[in-house]
Amino acid sequence: MELTLWTYEGPPHVGAMRIAASMEGVHYVLHAPQGDTYADLLFTMIERRDRRPPVTYTTFQARDLGGDTAELVKRSIAAAVERFQPEALLVGESCTAELIQDQPGSLAATMDLGGIPVVSLDLPAYSKKENWGGAETLYQLVRGLLKAQVPPPGEPKPDPMRWRAEGRRPRVNLLGPSLLGFRCRDDVREISQMLTGYGIDVAVVAPLGARPADLIRIPTADANVSLYPELAGPVCSWLERSFGMHTVKTVPIGIGATAAFLRELHGVLGLELPAELETSADGTCAAERRSRLPWYSRSVDSTYLTGKRVFIFGDATHAIAAARIASRELGFKVVGLGSYSREQARDVRAAAQELGLEALISDDYLAVEAAMAEAAPELVLGTQMERHSAKRLGIPCAVISSPLHVQDVPARTSPQMGWEGANVIFDSWVHPLMMGLEEHLIGMFRHDFEFVDGHLSHLEGASAPAKHPEVTSASIANAIEPASIPGDGVIGWSPDGEAELAKIPFFVRGKVRKNTEAYAREQGLALIDSEALYEAKAHFAS
Amino acid sequence: MGASSVIGDMTTGLAEQPPLQLFKESGQREVFCGLTSIVWLHRRMPDAFFLVVGSRTCAHLVQSAAGVMIFAEPRFGTAILGERDLAGLADANDELDRLVGDLLERRPEIRTLFLVGSCPSEVIKLDLAKAAERLNTQLAGRVMVLNYSGSGIETTFTQGEDQALLAMVPLMPSSEVDQLLIVGTLADAVEDRFVQLFGRLGIPVVTSLPPRRSTELPSIGPGTRVLLAQPFLSATARALVSRGGQLLTAPYPFGVEGSRAWMAAGADAFGVAPALVAEVLDPLVERGKRAIAPHRELLAGKRLFLLPDSQLELSLARFLQRECGMELVEVGTPYLDRQLLDAELALLPPGTRICEGQDVERQLERVRAERPDLVVCGLGLANPLEAEGIATKWSIELVFSPIHGCDQAGDLAELFARSLRRRAALSFS
Repeated sequence: MELTLWTYEGPPHVGAMRIAASMEGVHYVLHAPQGDTYADLLFTMIERRDRRPPVTYTTFQARDLGGDTAELVKRSIAAAVERFQPEALLVGESCTAELIQDQPGSLAATMDLGGIPVVSLDLPAYSKKENWGGAETLYQLVRGLLKAQVPPPGEPKPDPMRWRAEGRRPRVNLLGPSLLGFRCRDDVREISQMLTGYGIDVAVVAPLGARPADLIRIPTADANVSLYPELAGPVCSWLERSFGMHTVKTVPIGIGATAAFLRELHGVLGLELPAELETSADGTCAAERRSRLPWYSRSVDSTYLTGKRVFIFGDATHAIAAARIASRELGFKVVGLGSYSREQARDVRAAAQELGLEALISDDYLAVEAAMAEAAPELVLGTQMERHSAKRLGIPCAVISSPLHVQDVPARTSPQMGWEGANVIFDSWVHPLMMGLEEHLIGMFRHDFEFVDGHLSHLEGASAPAKHPEVTSASIANAIEPASIPGDGVIGWSPDGEAELAKIPFFVRGKVRKNTEAYAREQGLALIDSEALYEAKAHFAS
Repeated sequence: MGASSVIGDMTTGLAEQPPLQLFKESGQREVFCGLTSIVWLHRRMPDAFFLVVGSRTCAHLVQSAAGVMIFAEPRFGTAILGERDLAGLADANDELDRLVGDLLERRPEIRTLFLVGSCPSEVIKLDLAKAAERLNTQLAGRVMVLNYSGSGIETTFTQGEDQALLAMVPLMPSSEVDQLLIVGTLADAVEDRFVQLFGRLGIPVVTSLPPRRSTELPSIGPGTRVLLAQPFLSATARALVSRGGQLLTAPYPFGVEGSRAWMAAGADAFGVAPALVAEVLDPLVERGKRAIAPHRELLAGKRLFLLPDSQLELSLARFLQRECGMELVEVGTPYLDRQLLDAELALLPPGTRICEGQDVERQLERVRAERPDLVVCGLGLANPLEAEGIATKWSIELVFSPIHGCDQAGDLAELFARSLRRRAALSFS
């Protein structure tokens, strides 16, 4: 038993719903009690979908439990097939139905459904979560539709360069994009356009927008691109094992990764590497000029970005990409990196290690918030959960990963992947920081006569956690403003020490206070005055 | 799938009126479960914590229903059952005790802990009543532990509040005092206003369930007149009656007509002279009507279809038909408690089609066939219907907004008019 207040991921059947709702012609019969239909609003509200997810719930009640719930499952399946005439049917159960063991998949297998493919989903609700459920569903669906096509063992693998002999352009599948994933809609558009520019066609995009018939075409492509490993990992490895299809694993988020992705793809497909993708002596390539990020990052007004402390948390794919962009392409200092994706924990740990950090692998948002407060970042890149935590701590934040809120599904096209994705990332990460700088300026000019009370901070209210009645976590408050040192006496601040501290920009003040107190403790000081503050400053600078 | 049958005509008490058309339907339901009511209950009682004993689905549901209200540490959470808990109930009980211990240590300000049963905990027969008893012994009065079920197999949406209040009834002290007890969560400002108005009517003692502090439970006994502020509190009403309370029947306090009749029923139970009732309430009714008027202009003659959701449907239908002039196409309700809704049914126009239960696919077919001007529905259905060109008003807003009383009648009408007004305001040509 585990206490959860807010959760990053839903149950595994919500992952299955994401696959079904992303596709056309698929219907999902879910053995679940009434109430589980809440999941519909994730799609109709967060994604603003104009139709209900293609899910029929059995919505059994307590009084049905004494009777024949298996019969209810069969009635629901028959009715759903008749009404929606799906091209493929998913059958599964949610947590409660798992306990009553009606085996909806086996029941469906005994029914005459006119020959439509039926995929039975076995998603253990008490040990797995949403992304796992989505990945398993995509894998089971593809496997179910393709198993008749699997070549016998020992058959030679298809050559990813066969397109040349077949006298056609090379083509790849983009696997993993789905509803409720972060900016998938726009990433698919960006990557498809980019590949077309290099003479590579996109065969199948799945699950987003695919029909069952499209999944059957998957083996006709020369390689698979695992665009979002959280959802596409298992299906890509199965296609590799069963069909010998190569998987392109670089995720093209950021300048370096986009170039690396294109190089990997050209290599796999045996395409000649265009000159613009050749790495020059200084490590750059001409293609990266297709994005404004490299120049914007080099331009002088970005100097103030140098060494900005950034805390990163999200799904593994986006967190790892963000860490790389932040540290290499924007010149930030990554002070925290973590993910709730336990399945990809190893990759996150490796990425953290490269930055000299220990990765935080957790699905407890309070632990993440505490780590965030402890790291005292100037910018947080996270999920909607971290956006709320950052708001409470008064730290600017940009959202980089699911779980989403409706504002993360913008009307404009704003991908994360490819060259344009890098532009979007530059804007959306740097703007909150610029507002942080503005905050500093407001502080600096506060005493000027031109300054009027109307110049209120955009963080006003948010930056004063004490005003929030629900903020009760003592550990967090202490991490920002450790007023006293437990154990060996209290360290005080003299009035001139406090006055000096007040002149320091708000977004580093907490850090300075903490460091100074640590220094004072080390030096055995009981009172911090302005001199001690400057001593500490010099101490930490050296 | 689904079955639908006419379960009989129902006369409304007045012999000369044609009957209402009452249908019962079963099939897929598109409703929240009772856990959802935690979202407003925890705000009402800031010293209470609601601990769902359930699955990740339960946690995800409450989180999704609560929408953007992400607090540092909410006063509700889910004890998520793991495979080990399913393997052995003894372990599950130990685990629950441990988890509650940790939680209360972390949140020392909590005075009442509700253990909330869910579908999985009901199915594995985890006895939360026993757990509450055990924890109460351990905690020795420091924190009161109560339990109820908000499971989807037993409750829909607002029934969760009924079950939560029911769990509090045995703890209410007995008393003979003459008092008016308002039952059902109201916005604090709305509650204050009602207390003030009942005071003007000469009713000195007015109490509320749930109270604002979970430890300050109102008393109950033969002198208590019970006035339900919400139409979904069947079990609580029965329990209060069995404790000696006298249940008053009235339409519910939505719109000026319902609010006046509701307050008058309270006054009548204390023998307040009708002249005083008129003196106090009639100016409010007049003012309320003026507030409704601009919205009535827009709503009058428009055809309304209510899908079952919050259990407020019959009361809202009565308000929108009688005070806003809307035409009722169909009124859906998750279930029909005739005892509690008799006064509302009597005010609905003859021939009104009322559907109890739900087969969402068939109901949507009727919506499409009827093309109503406004559909009241849950959030899962609102955007899809809008995309089909059908205006909607999502019902969850009705349980979070202050809509009770004469003073709110204009605001209540505005909630429905807004959907139509917005559509009229948009133009892309």
